[in-house]
Amino acid sequence: MNAQQLKFVPASEFKQRAAVAVADDHLRKSFRGAMDFLINKRAAQFPDPEALERQRSLAEHIRQYSLARLPELLEQLERKLTDNGVKVHWAESAEEACAIIIGIAQRHSTKLMVKGKSMVSEEVELNHAMADVGIDALESDMGEYIVQLDGEKPSHIIMPAIHKTKQQIARLFADKVPGARYTESVDELIGIGRAVLREKFMTAEVGMSGVNFAVAETGTLCLVENEGNGRMCTTVPDVHIAITGIEKVVEKLEHVPPLFGLLTRSATGQAITTYFNMISGPRRPGEKDGPREVHLVLVDNGRTQAYADQQLRSTLQCIRCGACMNHCPVYTRIGGHAYGTTYPGPIGEIISPHMMGLAATHVLPTASSLCGACGEVCPVRIPIPELLVRLREEAQHDARPGHAPLLGQGAARSRLVDAVWSGWAALYTRPAFYRAFGWLATRLRALTPPLQGGWTVSRTPMKPAARTLHELMAARSKRR
Amino acid sequence: MSARDNILRRLRAAPQGQPPMAPDVAAFHAAVTAAAAPSTRASRIELFCDKMAFWHGEVIRVTRADWPQKLRELCVAKGVRSLLYGEDSAHAAQLEAASIDGLRPYDRPIDGWKKELFEDTDAGLSATRGGIAETGTLIVWPGASEPRLMSLVPPIHFALLDANQLYDTFFQAMIEQRWSDGMPTNALLVSGPSKTADIQVTLAYGAHGPKELIVLLLVNDEERP
Repeated sequence: MNAQQLKFVPASEFKQRAAVAVADDHLRKSFRGAMDFLINKRAAQFPDPEALERQRSLAEHIRQYSLARLPELLEQLERKLTDNGVKVHWAESAEEACAIIIGIAQRHSTKLMVKGKSMVSEEVELNHAMADVGIDALESDMGEYIVQLDGEKPSHIIMPAIHKTKQQIARLFADKVPGARYTESVDELIGIGRAVLREKFMTAEVGMSGVNFAVAETGTLCLVENEGNGRMCTTVPDVHIAITGIEKVVEKLEHVPPLFGLLTRSATGQAITTYFNMISGPRRPGEKDGPREVHLVLVDNGRTQAYADQQLRSTLQCIRCGACMNHCPVYTRIGGHAYGTTYPGPIGEIISPHMMGLAATHVLPTASSLCGACGEVCPVRIPIPELLVRLREEAQHDARPGHAPLLGQGAARSRLVDAVWSGWAALYTRPAFYRAFGWLATRLRALTPPLQGGWTVSRTPMKPAARTLHELMAARSKRR
Repeated sequence: MSARDNILRRLRAAPQGQPPMAPDVAAFHAAVTAAAAPSTRASRIELFCDKMAFWHGEVIRVTRADWPQKLRELCVAKGVRSLLYGEDSAHAAQLEAASIDGLRPYDRPIDGWKKELFEDTDAGLSATRGGIAETGTLIVWPGASEPRLMSLVPPIHFALLDANQLYDTFFQAMIEQRWSDGMPTNALLVSGPSKTADIQVTLAYGAHGPKELIVLLLVNDEERP
C-alpha cells in the first residue's frame, strides 16, 4: 500500500462542511450512537461525584504543577533519557519535526515505517512528508489503518474510524487489501487487518509512536493502548522514534497513576487499557529484543504561544482523552472531519489557533453554544468555555495591553461589524438620537425586511414592537 | 540559537504566578485507602480474578508444585505446538522437568528468527512482578532472561503470578516495589488479551497481540476452588 497524501483541510471552510455534515443522516446517526455509548460508559466509571471531583482536583494539580516547572522538567527529562541511551531532538515547527524524523529514517535507508497512534504525528503532517521522500508511513492502529487505507484523516482522536460502518469497512478491505474477501463479521475484519499488519511489523525498519506521559525523574515514555500495535511498533523494528508535544512531561512516576486512571475512564469508560507500555531505553547488552535506537522528538508547534499567557496555558493541561468532544453537542452533530483540523471538538477549538494561527482557525472557537459540557467533563479541569470566549475576543481585537499578539491576532475583525458597533455605541450614548431612532424604528416597523441574512435561516424575522419600552412606560405612568 | 534553546527561552520568558505546591499523591492515596475496608489476601485474589475475567483473561489457580503439570494440560487442550520460555528465568528448571511438547527457549536475539516467532510460535510463558487487584492487571518487566516479545507476539500468553504479590492499586505497586529507583528498558501493565473496538464500537480480541491471556495464579492448596 502507498502512503496516502493527506493535506490539511482549511478550517476556513468549516461552515460549509458543517452544513453538509448536519444534512448527512447516516453520519449523524453514527456519531450520536457512538457518543451516547462513550458518554454512558464514562458515567458508569464515576458513580461517586464527590470522589470524581477529588480525582479531578488531584489531576488538575499535577498538570498545573508540571506546567509551572516545564522548562526544568524538559531539561531533566532530556538528561535522564540521554543517560538511558535515548536520543532527544527538539522541533520548533511541524516542518522541523518532519525533517528530524525523515533524517533518522533516511540514515537507516528505511522504505517502510510502521506507526502506532500519535496525534502529534498527524498534527505535523508526517505521513505526507514521508510520502514526499518515498517512505511508506503505515498506520497500524486498526482505526487509523482503516482511515489511511481510505485516504481519510481520523474523525475522533480516540476512535479514528468512528464515522464508518462495518459495511463500508468490509467494502474497503475487499477492494483494497489483496486477497481479502467481503465479510461483515467484525472479528474477521480485524483478522484481515491483523494479518496484513503483523507482516509489516516483521519487516519495517523503523517504528513510530506517540507518548501519553513522559516521566522526567526516570526518563520514561508511557504509552496507553488496547491493541498491542503500539508495543509492536516500539519493540520489533530496529529503530523506535517517539514524537510528543513539549507539554506531556510530568516530574515523577507517582504522578502517572492518577492521570492514567482518569485518562482511560474519561476516554472510553475503561478502568484501564490492555497495555500500559513504559519505555526507558533501547535494547541493552544481553537483551534479545527491543529497538537498538530510541529517539524522542519534542515538538513545540505553537505550544509556547499558549504557554506565554497564564489563562491560555491551561490549554496545555490536556491529556487527550477526548471526553470534551464526546460530550459536545456541536461535535456530535457535525463529526470530526468538519473541523478540518487534526484535533476536532472543543479541545481542537482551543489548541488549533496556537498551531495554525487565528487567521485559519478563528471560526472554530465560535463552533460552540457555550453550554459548558466540555469544561464539566474535562478530567484536568481545563476551563474550555472561558478559553473559547477569550479566543473569540482575540480574533476580533488587538492584543490586551502587556500581552504579545497571538498568531493571527484580530484576524476575524470586519469593517462592517466594527461600523455597526460604533453606530450602536453612538446611538446608545446620545439620548436624543436614541429616542429618535426608537420612534423611527417602531413607526416604520412594517418596512422590516423578511429576510435577515443568517438570522432567518432557521428563525422568524426580527421586527420592532409597535411602541418602544420608554413610550409604554410613559403611557403607564400617565394612567396612574 | 538551536530549536532547544529557543523553546526553553520562550518557556522561561513566560510569566509565572505563585508556583503550585508539589502534589501529594501519597496523601490522596492514603485518604482513599482509609475510607475503604482494608483488603485481605483473599479479597485481593477475588477482586483480581473478577477484574481479569472482565478483560477476557482466564485465571487458573495453581500451586507451586503443580503449575507445570497444569500448564502441560492446558497446552495439550489448546493444541499448542510450541511454547516459548526464558531459559534463565527462575521457573525454567521446573518447567523443563514437566516434559511439555514443543517447549523451546528464547535463546538468541530476535533478528535471526523473527519469521519463526511471528508465524510458528503458538504460546509464550512469562513471569510477572505482581498484579493489581483493583484493575485486574499484570505487572510484567521484560529483560534479558524474558525478552519483550514473548508476551506480545505468540497468540497465547501464559503468565505466572504469585498471589503474594497482589497489590491493591498501581500506585501502591510502584511505591512498594520502588520503581522510581530505576526502571528497566521496558515495563508493562497488561490487562487481558489485545483488543480493539475500532470497527463500529464492537469489541474484538486479538487485534495485533495475544488472542488469549491465561494467568496461572500461584496460591496455597486450600485457596483452590
